[in-house]
Amino acid sequence: MIMALKMLTAANCFVKAMLRPSTLRHSLGILFGHETSLRSFSFKHSIPPSAKYGGRHTVTLIPGDGIGPELMLHVKTVFRHACVPVDFEEVMVNSTSSEEDIHNAIMAVRRNCVALKGNIETDHNLPPSHKSCNNRFRVTLDLYANVIHFKSLPGVETRHKNIDILVVRENTEGEYSNLEHESVKGVIESLKIITKAKSLRIAEYAFQLAQVMGRKKVTAVHKANIMKLGDGLFLQCCREVASHYPQLTFEGMIVDNTTMQLVSRPQQFDVMVMPNLYGNIVNNVCTGLVGGAGLVPGANYGPTYAVFETASKQSGRNLANKNMANPIAMLLASCIMLDYLKLHSYATCIRTAVLASMENKGVHTPDIGGQSTTLDIVQNIISHISTVN
Amino acid sequence: MAALIGVRCLTRACASVSQALVAAPNSGAWRNLCTSAVAHAASRSQAEDMRVEGAFPVTMLPGDGVGPELMHAVKEVFKAASVPVEFQEHHLSEVQNMASEEKLEQVLSSMKENKVAIIGKIHTPMEYKGELASYDMRLRRKLDLFANVVHVKSLPGYKTRHNNLDLVIIREQTEGEYSSLEHESARGVIECLKIVTRTKSQRIAKFAFDYATKKGRGKVTAVHKANIMKLGDGLFLQCCEEVAELYPKIKFETMIIDNCCMQLVQNPYQFDVLVMPNLYGNIIDNLAAGLVGGAGVVPGESYSAEYAVFETGARHPFAQAVGRNIANPTAMLLSASNMLRHLNLEYHSNMIADAVKKVIKVGKVSQEGCGFRALALLFGEPELGPPFPRGPQNIFCSLIFPCGSQGCSSPPFSWLFHPLALLRLLVTVCYSLFPAPSVGSFMAVLMQHLRLSGLSVRGEHGGWRSRGR
Repeated sequence: MIMALKMLTAANCFVKAMLRPSTLRHSLGILFGHETSLRSFSFKHSIPPSAKYGGRHTVTLIPGDGIGPELMLHVKTVFRHACVPVDFEEVMVNSTSSEEDIHNAIMAVRRNCVALKGNIETDHNLPPSHKSCNNRFRVTLDLYANVIHFKSLPGVETRHKNIDILVVRENTEGEYSNLEHESVKGVIESLKIITKAKSLRIAEYAFQLAQVMGRKKVTAVHKANIMKLGDGLFLQCCREVASHYPQLTFEGMIVDNTTMQLVSRPQQFDVMVMPNLYGNIVNNVCTGLVGGAGLVPGANYGPTYAVFETASKQSGRNLANKNMANPIAMLLASCIMLDYLKLHSYATCIRTAVLASMENKGVHTPDIGGQSTTLDIVQNIISHISTVN
Repeated sequence: MAALIGVRCLTRACASVSQALVAAPNSGAWRNLCTSAVAHAASRSQAEDMRVEGAFPVTMLPGDGVGPELMHAVKEVFKAASVPVEFQEHHLSEVQNMASEEKLEQVLSSMKENKVAIIGKIHTPMEYKGELASYDMRLRRKLDLFANVVHVKSLPGYKTRHNNLDLVIIREQTEGEYSSLEHESARGVIECLKIVTRTKSQRIAKFAFDYATKKGRGKVTAVHKANIMKLGDGLFLQCCEEVAELYPKIKFETMIIDNCCMQLVQNPYQFDVLVMPNLYGNIIDNLAAGLVGGAGVVPGESYSAEYAVFETGARHPFAQAVGRNIANPTAMLLSASNMLRHLNLEYHSNMIADAVKKVIKVGKVSQEGCGFRALALLFGEPELGPPFPRGPQNIFCSLIFPCGSQGCSSPPFSWLFHPLALLRLLVTVCYSLFPAPSVGSFMAVLMQHLRLSGLSVRGEHGGWRSRGR
């Protein structure tokens, strides 16, 4: 009984970063005051009504590469056992797909507004005109905020304890602008773009999130001593937004110092906001700190669409079809998706079952030091769900 | 910042290193300096002459923050070890308004003449004052210090979450994201250029493989983000692969920066030598420094084809520590030791490095600074701290041999005949058993009062105090 209560409170405190950007209507005012980016298609297309019929939602499912397909199967199994009113529309996209397929996948997400996605690998050997699939998703659907809640999970042995960090990463500009060219033979120029509009938007999102989740401090991560104009603009935008939230403490920290602090004392961080590349790096460092890529779910939010996936975009090619991959991250990502769809009871049910199975050290996959297989864990979770229902 | 694990006593560490140096056995030169006052003076003047004549000139740039204090530590240690190096100091600082074109030219000409320099961190202010490139970057570009090498090694004696780490991070230092090419193309839109060139990428790749060959390393990992920056980091990766073909004995692999960061945090033992462009190098340097104990522990050096510059691995001015005597000089001292090796002064280099490592291993200067300081006062050795690392098992050692692990010439239990023996016993027991330094500090204050009132705790003929000088 006490155990169940403890787990329920743990589940409640757990990641529920489901702040819908579409509810932040006043933030759109900031956007209208400045030039809107030409890449945000969502302003050009009308927003379709959500795909909910007879109480059942339809969600786009993109398995991706590597361990993606098998994890998605497990998600579907768990949903079936928990009787979750969600239907999946599967779209097969991987690193070898054509332009047509990728376009269809994006259309599917636009139809259903919500997606659960595995990682699609990017082949480096293809010519640069083939942009990274994941990046195209993010930019086309304007999923500007990548939110990941890093929390030390019970039952997992890590070198650092009591980590509780919310990382908000700008997802659509920065170093990932895909603007590169060979100006002179043997000299490549890559452009990193920082705009005032997007920096204000992500800062506003981060502060709103901090306020809603009851957090105290927001740290902006930058490298403004070197990129004085670029990251200087980002920092300035964060400061401007911080002035509207006097109850939250704001500090800036350079990215190199941040990574050092993260490995020595990660407990000092609360909410962090940063541009694209630093976000990628900090996310992966934090993933390593809390136990690895198999444990952390992530979410990408835009004004209209939301896509849920694992925090670190590792496709896990060498673990594919070996029944060794850790399904926890994908299952927790699906829980965040259920919270977003306002199916809170189902989300809590699955999350509690997942946390209960993690407490049991006997069912841990090799990546967190155990001996079990993926199927063992899934069976364990299903049995927990059945005993509760 | 708390990045420097614990609070360390600067002068004490430095003095203890000097002490350890002077106490080094089997060194005829040192015994000469120790015999009698007259001989001491004579040999000292000889040593001075020797320094001026055969001394290596080295440019020294203290920089900002704790730089001057660290440089002072280096000078003290060099003086104690009689190292034949003469420092030519220059002060260049952007934040203290001591920077100008002439100063930069002066520093550059001095460095070009001496070819070797030891520098602190020249802090870059964040405000845009009309100049995008900082003095630090301009210095590196003008001297073409293209390779930054940071050897991250776990030091026994520091308690960290990872033990026995040994990796080398090689970072391209002159191009990449640090090109200082930014502009506001449209209102509210900033473009920053990241430049990647074939020649510089090939150069750093060759440096990395040559370094691996020289030091007998087996694997080189190139860190990149070519899935996103296909042309830029793609070119870097391609150059690394081309150079790798010339070194069939060295294993070459590649890893994306985000995965690399996660692996460093979870399993850093899989890495040997890492090579990467500028920004990733900066981040990984600091991350790895955090793994072995912080910015005060890791030395670093920068090389060009002709010049070598020695500095700390993670470059932080640490302005909060200025004047408080708490900055860790380990990184700078190890870097100075590397500099001596570069100058072919192997003997001095090994001596300083061994002394620093011994001090750290024995735990003479460590986290609970106040407790140690307190006991140091008690035993009358303000620079050395308690004889043994704390722990109940060491009570007996410290009772029998009160003068410490270095060995001493006094007979065992000699201290029992001293009037304050009983109090000393009590303090040793307390300190060894109770983790809180407060007990030790209280007792030490008590002892200090007693000392001041006339009761001496020092032996007459060296006795239990001697350390085999």
